Amino acid sequence: MMRFSTLLKHPADWMIATDEANSAVITSRIRLARNLRNYPFPGWVKKSERAAILDIIRPAVEDLPPMKDAFSRELSELSSMQKQVLVERHLISREHAARTDGSGAVIERRQSFSIMLNEEDHLRMQSIRPGLRLTEAYEALNDLDSQLEEKLDYAFDPQLGYLTTCPTNLGTGMRASAMLHLPALVLSDQIGQVLQAVNKIGLAVRGLYGEGTESLGNLYQISNQSTLGEREDAIISRLERVISQVASHEQNARQKLMEDDPDMVSDKIGRAYGVLRHAYLIDSKEALNHLSLLRLGGNLGFFPKETVTVCDSLLMDIQQAHLQLHAGMKLSPEHRDAIRAEILRSRLQSLDSPINFSSKHKTLLPDEGNNLD
Amino acid sequence: MKCDYCDRKATVFLTQLAEGQMKKICLCESCAKERGVTDPTGFSMAEALLGNFQKAVAGAVPAPSAVKPMGSGKSCPQCGFSMEDFQKVRRFGCASCYKVFASELAPMLRGMHKGATHLGKVPEGLIESHFRIQRIEELQAKLDQAIASESYEEAAELRDEIRKLDETGVEK
Repeated sequence: MMRFSTLLKHPADWMIATDEANSAVITSRIRLARNLRNYPFPGWVKKSERAAILDIIRPAVEDLPPMKDAFSRELSELSSMQKQVLVERHLISREHAARTDGSGAVIERRQSFSIMLNEEDHLRMQSIRPGLRLTEAYEALNDLDSQLEEKLDYAFDPQLGYLTTCPTNLGTGMRASAMLHLPALVLSDQIGQVLQAVNKIGLAVRGLYGEGTESLGNLYQISNQSTLGEREDAIISRLERVISQVASHEQNARQKLMEDDPDMVSDKIGRAYGVLRHAYLIDSKEALNHLSLLRLGGNLGFFPKETVTVCDSLLMDIQQAHLQLHAGMKLSPEHRDAIRAEILRSRLQSLDSPINFSSKHKTLLPDEGNNLD
Repeated sequence: MKCDYCDRKATVFLTQLAEGQMKKICLCESCAKERGVTDPTGFSMAEALLGNFQKAVAGAVPAPSAVKPMGSGKSCPQCGFSMEDFQKVRRFGCASCYKVFASELAPMLRGMHKGATHLGKVPEGLIESHFRIQRIEELQAKLDQAIASESYEEAAELRDEIRKLDETGVEK
């Protein structure tokens, strides 16, 4: 049986992939909701029957070829800290982490697939890929789904498609989403406009962290709202089109910022570097926002390219439960800030100072010899 | 005070306001546990309050005048879920609910989705029957029209065709 520590020892596949073309799109995710025909949905079923459902679906899921040697647990077997770590890694939902007996999670080794058992629906399966690869993520997950349907009697209606606990997921039962990093659109004040436009064409946009309109770390998630009345590939291609448009807006905004105001960009990235390299106490909000700028610096050539993947891993590692896992105990907020800073300093230790792009001012310096570059 | 379910002493009391009326349910500890009332997740709470439990309570104790069945009273024969439950949790109880509450659901779907008919993936084993059922529904609509317009000859043909499709389904 795969241990929790083994699962988390390695970063997820999507965290270590470098994808130049899609530096604004961090990950693509597909989620499918499925239910068994002859059992009440998990939220309405009696406790004893929920366990019976788990006994039906869990072996079927564990038998899937990619799930050989997977991490598979009933949620009652996991501590709340462990569950929280899985939430921070986007492997289970926040709602699922609140569940215990009769619910489970099966997570593939490389964390590319994860299947929640008795979440809101009997089955919630997800596949996650780096960059803008929704079609690839869908095809992989669709394959798993087709193998499962041979063993499980799915609730399906010719008119309404796959029947889900919540009618907002009816039909395909599919939610496709991408996580985007949009610092230049935020810096140039275009983000509101862009997100509004995306919203207008019926897609949902939200900040990944933070509440309301605020988004920490300039991270946003775009997903489909409607699941019924369209084919899966139609939903995905519409979403991919919109996401690549947003990504190219971001690229243009980056270019323009570098042309119009390289000092401002250099200043922000340089300060972020300084703080992350030398802070001894840092809360998650400050850390996320500086990591966002560091990541931008990696994309713009201020730092080596690998910096981007270091930032993506750090986004997870500086979150509350990950810190507690790292420390091996529950931590007070002050203690968390200290350990967060320690992790950041050690991980960025070998990162050299940003390359200076505001060279046009160099000639104005009275003594060339003072130029440290 | 006694438990509404058994004769033991009630220690768990639930009071709920619904449609301006107050409902009280008294439970002993083991009945409360059995029905998931002490479970912190909201769903089983809703189940305890509104689902099978409500029926059980109604049967077990003479219903006080304040406890009236809410709304239309229609409930899913498979799982006991009612539209009143839906108002609270915005989710259904089981697959059959979608048939039982089809007419209540239809207007909701309009604002929710691009269309009202599934166009995506169909489970392999159901592909054939999926299209057969779709065809039957089409024919049924035509049949209703034919009857309404009193074209009985056409109606008879349609009826035969539907019957044939129905039979192939039974053989499967």
